Parts: sequence; structure tokens; C-alpha cells
Amino acid sequence: MRLINQQLSPPALLALKLAPFVLLVIAYLAGSAARLADNPADKLLPALSSMATAIDLMAFTPDRRTGDYLLWTDTWASLKRLGAGLGISTAMALVVGVAIGIFPVIRALLGPFVGFVAMVPPLALLPVLFIMLGLGEISKIALIVIGVAPLMIRDMAQRVLDLPREQIVKAETLSANSWLVVWRVVLPQVLPRLIISLRLQLGAAFLFLIAAEAISSDSGLGYRIFLVRRYLSMDIIFPYVAWITFLAAMADYGLDRLRRWLFPWSDMEGGR
Amino acid sequence: MTALSIKHLWKEYGDQIVLENISLEIAPRSFVALVGASGCGKTTLLRMLLGQEQPTRGQILIDGEPLPPEPGPDRGVVYQRYSVFPHLTVLGNVMLGPEMAGSRFWGRLTGTRKRDLQDRARAMIADVGLAGAEGKYPAQLSGGMQQRLALAQALMMQPRVLLLDEPFGALDPGIRADIHALMQRLWHTLPMTVVMVTHDLREAFTLGTRIIALERTRTRPEEIARYGAQIGKDIAIWPPRVAGGGTIYDNPALRDDPALEDLIAGRPDSIERH
Repeated sequence: MRLINQQLSPPALLALKLAPFVLLVIAYLAGSAARLADNPADKLLPALSSMATAIDLMAFTPDRRTGDYLLWTDTWASLKRLGAGLGISTAMALVVGVAIGIFPVIRALLGPFVGFVAMVPPLALLPVLFIMLGLGEISKIALIVIGVAPLMIRDMAQRVLDLPREQIVKAETLSANSWLVVWRVVLPQVLPRLIISLRLQLGAAFLFLIAAEAISSDSGLGYRIFLVRRYLSMDIIFPYVAWITFLAAMADYGLDRLRRWLFPWSDMEGGR
Repeated sequence: MTALSIKHLWKEYGDQIVLENISLEIAPRSFVALVGASGCGKTTLLRMLLGQEQPTRGQILIDGEPLPPEPGPDRGVVYQRYSVFPHLTVLGNVMLGPEMAGSRFWGRLTGTRKRDLQDRARAMIADVGLAGAEGKYPAQLSGGMQQRLALAQALMMQPRVLLLDEPFGALDPGIRADIHALMQRLWHTLPMTVVMVTHDLREAFTLGTRIIALERTRTRPEEIARYGAQIGKDIAIWPPRVAGGGTIYDNPALRDDPALEDLIAGRPDSIERH
């Protein structure tokens, strides 16, 4: 049988899905054990036990100086910035993207401009943001918005343009005015895509968040990682990276479930 | 009763002439089938009737008034694809038109008006043979059922003109025969003029009262761009079909129609009049 036609039994499927994760853990443990055998004070690949101690210290023991549980205050600080940045970007994508897609005037006015702005490398703007907006929350949120919003706007606009013209004309023959075409025909159909677009931008948003936090902050997941880097505290960095990855993966999964729950038709084949 | 009048209509895309000097009078309650080879401009003509495209020269009158330059609720349309909205259920699709007509901002009705509309929509859904599918999404329907839904959705607006763009072209023959019967019944019972684009001559002769064939008279390569399609054949179906009545063979009352005299004149197979 050709490789492309292989049918896998459920146990085989599960085993294959888990294999890379298991291999990664085994490789780490083996590497860690080998290095620790050479030098018990090695900091590069700490043993699971020292990572557990570090997690306990960060997540379940109040900080001696401030009395905070650092992992949770860091997570909260980062998620607030991320949520604000992505929320603003999503709202902009919805309003500006749909307007560019459906109204010829707005498309002529903003289409090429947004396409141009999307090409600005956001990290190159970071110093400008820090200088103009200060070192507080606003500049970090602004970096996420500048990095993410133009791409989401373009994606939304393209989605609207991809709607068959027949549907728009059909809506007009059903007495829709411009607003009703947007409200009852275009918006509901691009909302699922907006959620997908948001999922695709999660990674970029985390990148900009951590970059901003690394340079100037006093809390946040990125701040902590770059702070303890000075002491080669891999036992803290690894759990933090795993935690960020877990948060991003959960957000990704949660958004997908949300889309299926809100828009059950969006996964059906042959709908359009 | 809606008459369409097409006067000296030209359509050009840049240098390419698509339609050349088309003039056509369409009587109220006719069922006109537009046929012709691919690329002869029959869909372009339909789009101009719809208001989706504008003629380069000439004009289209609807009951003597110039056609508005954009689509509107007086002209319904059913396309071969993309005619229904994938994000709405069958009931939602059928209710959409009257909802938008009745609520110009939210596009949704509430209370008694909503319940009345739901009853009307359910009756329409049952009428086109989709009873029981009210809660399904279009993706869960077969192609034939989707086209029935598209018809129901368009007819809720009680359009004076119904424009069909190869609506049944993608359906299996059996399904197509069923939906032809539905289409005939709807045309007989509802006060509308129908213009249908089709490439299926059999379908044209099954449904139409009149067949218009568009054709290019000049087909030499150097002439193709500079000469558009014209009306090649204009065939009135014999025996004449009358909306709401059948033909003069199965409805004797129709033989007293004074208009019949003109139709019969010159026909070798004229029926005896009693």
C-alpha cells in the first residue's frame, strides 16, 4: 500500500502523537544526567528535582522581598498586556478590515496604506515607542498592536473580498442596504476567520510581549526569564518557557473550541 | 404585471464587444429562456437586468421606468452556486429578506412580527418541499435542496422579476425534473416574470414560453472582438403556455384569449377554434 493511503489504528495513532514529546523528555533527562555526572554543580541542564524546587519557589512560596507569588504575578502582568494588545488588534481588524473589504472608498483610502504599514518591522519601532510612550504599559501594548493588527486587518479584508460577489448581490435583492450587508451577511461570515486569524497571531503576540518585557519592565514572564538569565538559572527558565508554551497552546485550543461552538456551520464542507 | 423592455443595448469591456444592439420586449408573466454558446454574453445580459452591471449603451426599462443602477428587491435572483448564506439555517435564510426589509438597522424582527414571519417562512419552506429541514445549514443539504432553498429565499420578497442564472445546471437529471415541476408550479401561481439563462435546450423548451438564442454572427478571429452577440433566434413556444393556465390544449378557456389570434396567425398546425 502506498504511504499516502496508510490507515492507522487508534493506539498506533496515539503512540505516534506522543512519541516526539516522550523522546524530547528522554533526550533531556539523558543529557542532564550525563552533564550532572561530570559536574554536580552544572547549571545548563538541571535535573527535574532542582526544577521542581525552582517551581515551588516561584509559584508556591511568597517572595521574600514583596510577599508575592512571582509566577502568578508575572503571568497576570503578561496576560493583561497580551489581552489588551490582542483585544485592540482584534477590534481594529474587525472594523477596519471589514470596511476595507466591503467599501470601495475605504479600500482605496486605507488598503495600500495598511499593506505598507504591515511591512514595518515592529521591533525596530520599539525604541521609538519607549521614547514616545514611556516605559510603562502603553508602549508594550502598542508594540503588540503594531506587530499584530496590520496583518489581521489585511487578513480580514482579504476574507471579505473572497466572499462570492453573488452573495452580496443576493443580499441586495433581499432588500439589504450597505449596513445590513455588513451586519447580516459579511460580519457573521468573517467572524470565524477572525478567530482563526487571532490564533495564528498568538505566537507573534507573545514574541513582541516578551521582547518588550525583556527590555523594560518590573514584572512579567519575559522580564523574569531575562532577569534570571544573569544567574544562569535554567531551572527557572525552562519551567517558565514551558508555562508560556502551555498558556499559548491553551489559548489556541480554547479559541478553536470557541469558534466551533459559536459558528457550528464554519467547519461544514461545501457550505460555500 | 411586469414588462421588461430592452432597447438597443450594447455591452463592451474595453475593446471587446460582448453584446451588440440587443432589443427585446418581454411581456408580463413570460418565462424567457436565454440560451447560447459559452461566452456569448447571456449571463452578462442577465447581470444587466439584475443591475449588477451597467450597459455601455442603450437602456433597460421595467414597466416603462429605467432600471435602477443597482440590484434591488423588485428583482429576485437564483445563481447556480453561492445563492444561499452558509451561516444561516434554512429558516434563517428564508426569513432574511423580510427581516431586513422590516428592520433597517438590526435586520431582525421581534415579537408578533417575528412569529408571523416565521409562519410565513415555514409555509414557503414546505411549499418548495423542504419541510423538516428548517434547522439545517445549507452545507447539510443536497444540491437540489439548496436550489429549492434559494428559490424560497428569493420568492419571500415577492419579486416582480425572477432572474435565474443556470440555476439547475449542476443537478442530477432526476432531481432536475423534480425541481422543473416546482419551478413551473411557482411560475403559474406567482405574479412574476421569469428570465432564465441556461445552456440546456431541453430545459429551455420544458419551462419557457419563449426561447431567445444569443449568437455571434461573425466568428472569424479578427472579427470576434469587434462584433458582439446578437439575438439569433426568437422562438415562441407552440402551443403557447400561459402563466396560471397551462396551454390552449389543456385549458379550453384560453382559446378565447384575443391575443391568441396573433399567435396562431400563420401557424400550420393551428388548432380549430370552437
